[in-house]
Amino acid sequence: MAPLLRLATAGSVDDGKSTLIGRLLLDSKAILEDQLASIEQPVGPDLAALTDGLRAEREQGITIDVAYRYFATPKRKFIIADTPGHVQYTRNMVTGTSTADLVLTLVDARYGVLAQSRRHALIASLLGVSHLVLCVNKMDLVGWSRERFEEVRDEFLRMAARLEIPETTVIPLSALRGDNIVHRSTEMPWYEGAPLLQHLEEVPITTDRNLTDLRLPVQYVIRGANGYRSYAGTMASGVLRRGDEVTVLPSGLTTTVEALHGPGGTDLNVAFPSQAVAVRLTGELDIGRGDLLCQPDNRPTTGHDFDAVICWLTDAGDLTPGAHYRLRHTTRSVRAKVRALDYRLDTDTLHRDVSATALSLNDIGRISIQTHQPLNFDAYRRNRDTGSFILVDEATGSTVAAGMIDDKPLPASNIRWHSSAVTRGGRTSTGGTVWLTGLSASGKSTIATELEHRLVAEGRAVYLLDGDNLRHGLSADLGFSAADRTENVRRVAEVARLFADAGIVAIVSLISPYRTDRDRARHLHEADGLSFAEVYLDAPLRVCEQRDPKGLYARARARELVEFTGIDAPYEPPTDPELTLHPHRATPVELAEQIVTLIGQW
Amino acid sequence: MPPTHELSYLQRLESESVHILREVVASLERPALLFSGGKDSMVLLYLAARAFWPAPIPFPLLHIDTGHNFNEVIAFRDRMVERFEARLLVARVQDDIDAGRVLEETGPRATRNRLQTVTLLRAISEHRFDAVFGGARRDEEKSRAKERVFSVRDQYGQWDPKAQRPELWRQYNGHHRPGEHIRVFPLSNWTELDIWQYIAEQDVELPSLYYAHRRSVLARDGMLLAENTFVQPLPGEETIIESVRFRTIGDATCTGCVESSAKTPDEVLAEVAASTITERGATRADDRISAAGMEDRKREGYF
Repeated sequence: MAPLLRLATAGSVDDGKSTLIGRLLLDSKAILEDQLASIEQPVGPDLAALTDGLRAEREQGITIDVAYRYFATPKRKFIIADTPGHVQYTRNMVTGTSTADLVLTLVDARYGVLAQSRRHALIASLLGVSHLVLCVNKMDLVGWSRERFEEVRDEFLRMAARLEIPETTVIPLSALRGDNIVHRSTEMPWYEGAPLLQHLEEVPITTDRNLTDLRLPVQYVIRGANGYRSYAGTMASGVLRRGDEVTVLPSGLTTTVEALHGPGGTDLNVAFPSQAVAVRLTGELDIGRGDLLCQPDNRPTTGHDFDAVICWLTDAGDLTPGAHYRLRHTTRSVRAKVRALDYRLDTDTLHRDVSATALSLNDIGRISIQTHQPLNFDAYRRNRDTGSFILVDEATGSTVAAGMIDDKPLPASNIRWHSSAVTRGGRTSTGGTVWLTGLSASGKSTIATELEHRLVAEGRAVYLLDGDNLRHGLSADLGFSAADRTENVRRVAEVARLFADAGIVAIVSLISPYRTDRDRARHLHEADGLSFAEVYLDAPLRVCEQRDPKGLYARARARELVEFTGIDAPYEPPTDPELTLHPHRATPVELAEQIVTLIGQW
Repeated sequence: MPPTHELSYLQRLESESVHILREVVASLERPALLFSGGKDSMVLLYLAARAFWPAPIPFPLLHIDTGHNFNEVIAFRDRMVERFEARLLVARVQDDIDAGRVLEETGPRATRNRLQTVTLLRAISEHRFDAVFGGARRDEEKSRAKERVFSVRDQYGQWDPKAQRPELWRQYNGHHRPGEHIRVFPLSNWTELDIWQYIAEQDVELPSLYYAHRRSVLARDGMLLAENTFVQPLPGEETIIESVRFRTIGDATCTGCVESSAKTPDEVLAEVAASTITERGATRADDRISAAGMEDRKREGYF
């Protein structure tokens, strides 16, 4: 049983939320005599006055900020983030809910589910809270009616079904009279569930944590005497043991956990979420704040680009696409640009307004972001720590937005490295990849060289990636098995994509016998919006074998070479290439000309 | 049964505080820790030592000295500075009085508690501190319940409760403009009971005043005040010898004590758990000014 439950409450003064909290504090004896004395009224204590802390709130009779309350029972300790419910306080609700295990929302039994309750449920869902409790309050004012309770309950559950909240509990109660708060109500014998406090004491939250993905953001490097060095941070998720292999991002180096310390140097065998630890690693490594430790085979996404749902928190200016902010994510702080606003979410109707051009205070919307340096992130749904961020105004230092990285599948371009913040359109030339495929000795290299000359003469940036040459470097470790060929094609495709992305025409000359490998290369480019032309050199095997400039066919026939394409390994011709050339029917100059024409519009 | 990988409640609080201490040192330039020798600042000092083990505490301690001290507390302060190999800076209210920057209250009920604000702000500005750790807890008082862990103070050291930065997840925003500084409260989520439980569990040393001892006291305004150089009986008041302990330690002129027989942290815990009066309300005359007393003082730049 988790010894601590953090809950966020939402509701307006009218719902009796402050009274409910006051009642919880009073009945669990967290209120002391002098506090009670200051709120005692002729008709009994004004429970709401216990929680309205700031002078402006007492004067206006409203709650304007997040207040934190503490109480404990023998079973659990509780931290309440108490937030107001009005629409203009959505930001406070988001703030309070960001650290909550459970959200408690109230409705007045007389009025049922209002826009406000829907908004609270939505925020709970957006912020990934697994437990929601709906308190149907003021049951005394509807004659303790079971029928009315069930009406309200069903209406709420219908609405909540559209959201992603694993567990919703509905409790009929009267905060003012104390029914079903701490003690079971005698007025509502038909209600068979637990009173509120008992539910809060017993709701299991242990499994809400992510114990699967090790994520330890390095917060600070502790340097002691005699070269002692350890990496301090708070476990975001997963489990870490002494002796574990860990990979350090962004360097990608893998090392071993030599020692694991809690505060004060306490030796630990194992560390788990929200524990502050210091880790000693084997070897001399260059690790600093902002780096992240993870398992070698379970890494977060690394990239500059992602989409996120954000809540805009300030009235000092709107969020508009194109604006720059400082983005704080785990222990990193980077500059970031809002690339686009996808939509603004209507928190009452869940309607997505794609025509929105800005987000104002308390608005929730989805944006795409590009950071100047890459981040190591996960989807918020999977990981609250590595999936959340805040945006900070660079001039004032104010926190202007809270963001949750979206886990909806994104086009590959958005989660991949880009070489810089310069966008493709901003480059001086347009790149793309010409992919020449065909049997050995079909004329790929000859045509590729001719094409390179032609394009250079036109003043275009060109780079030739020749299969034979690459085998001496990039793919020197690979053989000619099907798996190695696939890997070879993958590497060449990635390199070509980088050239293309940098505005260069990459000419690939590679047998690349498998259709799926070539299709993957195509998708890699197209997903990034890059041009890709598959050019098939359709020369009959007989012709190639006759040409055989390197004597390879002869050796293959003599079984000196095995798995030779066309002899004892397959070649799968393209089904739908941009261009098919017949090398035995035209000169290399003519063939290159056809390709120049093809890519003329790039 | 598989291991639950669950921290105890106190371990969670400790981890959170350690995270906050490390965050400040990693992301701000010149932090300092306000150290009065009181139990909250002592727990804070202890946590700071644990956060950076085995390295020394990477910031100085700052004591705002009202001049109205309990001798035991000053001796304790110096001993802790030595034990933790810390660097101590002292800023004296007396210096501000002598320089005419503040006017001292007069009369038998005079206190220097409120004057500390000027001295504190002067020290922050002289040493160019950009982050100052304090031991305040949200359970102490209603307006504190709304204060952030990282609380921005403007160039005049003032707190604007309506312009507080939202604080989400584990993201603490320490960005500030030149002249502004951040008050940091790593114990925000601790209650008085938690503090005592931690003191008992970790055997944290405290000034002897926190445990029951016999001393000469006088009853005033519903509180027991210790008789000393600064507090003398007024006409009609009598001093008596009582077994008492202090629940907080502040300016000797206005810090009250309670009757007690608790000589160990566990015995204190038993008394605290049974207590029916809040810590400040019981023993701090200065907090009884008005319902909005603390809010006003915090706006001015108080701890």
